[in-house]
Amino acid sequence: MSILVNHLDHIYNPGTVFEVKALSDVSFSVDEGEYIGLVGHTGSGKSTLAAHLNGLMKPTGGGIYYNGVDIASEGYNLKELRGHIGLVFQYPEHQLFEEDVFTDVCFGPKNLGLSRTEVEMRAYDALKAVGIDDDHFYVSPFDLSGGEKRRVAIAGVLAMKPEVLILDEPCAGLDPAGRDEILAVADELHDSLGITIILISHSMDDLARHVKRILVMNDGKLVMDGTAREVFSHREELEAMGLAVPEVTAVLADLKKAGIPVRDDLITVEEAAKEILRVFGR
Amino acid sequence: MNLISARKLIFEYVRRDKNGDVDGFSRAIDEVDLEISRGDFVAILGPNGSGKSTLAKHLNSLLFPTEGTVFVDGWDTTDAEKIWDIRKSVGMVFQNPENQMIGTIVEEDVAFGPENMGIEPENIKERVKESLTMVEMYDHRKTSPSKLSGGQKQRVAIAGVLAMHPKCIVLDEPTAMLDPVGREEVIRAIRGLNDVENITIILITHNMEEAVFADKIYVMNEGHIVMSGTPKEVFSRVDELRENRLNVPEVTLLAHELAKAGLNIPPGILTRKELCNCLCRS
Repeated sequence: MSILVNHLDHIYNPGTVFEVKALSDVSFSVDEGEYIGLVGHTGSGKSTLAAHLNGLMKPTGGGIYYNGVDIASEGYNLKELRGHIGLVFQYPEHQLFEEDVFTDVCFGPKNLGLSRTEVEMRAYDALKAVGIDDDHFYVSPFDLSGGEKRRVAIAGVLAMKPEVLILDEPCAGLDPAGRDEILAVADELHDSLGITIILISHSMDDLARHVKRILVMNDGKLVMDGTAREVFSHREELEAMGLAVPEVTAVLADLKKAGIPVRDDLITVEEAAKEILRVFGR
Repeated sequence: MNLISARKLIFEYVRRDKNGDVDGFSRAIDEVDLEISRGDFVAILGPNGSGKSTLAKHLNSLLFPTEGTVFVDGWDTTDAEKIWDIRKSVGMVFQNPENQMIGTIVEEDVAFGPENMGIEPENIKERVKESLTMVEMYDHRKTSPSKLSGGQKQRVAIAGVLAMHPKCIVLDEPTAMLDPVGREEVIRAIRGLNDVENITIILITHNMEEAVFADKIYVMNEGHIVMSGTPKEVFSRVDELRENRLNVPEVTLLAHELAKAGLNIPPGILTRKELCNCLCRS
């Protein structure tokens, strides 16, 4: 599996007074098994980019190649592509509609024209993968908690057996424990099932803990692409874009400024605690 | 006399089965006592489904107690004759700003409340100007709400409430759908209203960092108030918060880890500055 985004442009309402350049010369590639964070303030082009990756929008310039083939080319099977690259929208639980959880998750694979047994096996596996127990399979999705509903919605996309899963703000509106549960699901899908994950998030603290690589969008351009540690070493540039570094990275920088000789390129609470304890000789 | 006082407040929902027959009762709020004085900044934390929003809706007569009482400015919220006085005193701002916008331009939207109160047109203009200035949106008064960012929309929603000259504003997760910049704008506006205008603020949130600025925090779970105190007191009880599906700010967590490992750090560190000062002294 590979995705290549090559000089991608997208202009809304081209040639009119409402013309907006949503994506401008975006290039990067995604390899199998990566765990990527996609950040940027509202309106930076993240969601537009995500919609291009699974063929919901067509580029106005440049192209996207999935396994070497241009997905905008004549006769390309976009339906199949969307099975391979799953997109979980913001507040995906708003799209739940069936009478019970299990039937809802079956909806996607059923539309792929698979046999009933295959459909049900996929739904079962998907629900298990997101941590929904058997005793919840036949309840109405609307009787579940917010976090559970969201996991069921993710299972609906997982049942399509995607190779890549794009999660757009999967934690929005959940309580802290619910956030942790969703991110643990993403980790599990990546680590055990080998699914490539692209996580769109505003929380730098969450990204520092989970993803390996971060893409930063600003005004439709891809302005940074590197490991989480590399990206978070550009504190001033990030702040100028309305973004931030993880809170603990900022603490270390403050300490360094105050004359305490700590490393300031650490990004999680565990790392930072260890470093401070080292300096203080514990 | 306190601005808001709830005594032994109980609220039960009627649960219905598929045929619409009564299936039983669910207790969303279970014997809650709450006292909020004029000018307070109170944060209410709690996991999804803990009863926070249900409680909030009792504060301006959108819901009525099943048992117990709620008084706002000395009025019983079930007093049908006082309902409009109560709603004028306690304004509400909800999570999704788009659900609360009705005007075609910003100033029209803000004028909607006072217009309905039968205020003189000259007076309305005055109120609109003053409210929009307070949230730093006066320059955008002629803009269409659809052209605003999430944080700007939410500030217009707050101005719409301010134009009714409330004594108290209840904000139900006002930043849940915003990016970090939008969050900061809204929180800054809220703090300004509290500090400068002495408006009582009740902020319901999942974001621990936002609760740091409150005078007092109440933590709800399963319809009960399970913890209360100053941010320092509440956030020093890390494990207890976690049992309630919540967390503490990242800085507090780092300080907690350092103290556990033997560094001399007092509990309940809330800001980067506090932590730095503390470490620089040791």
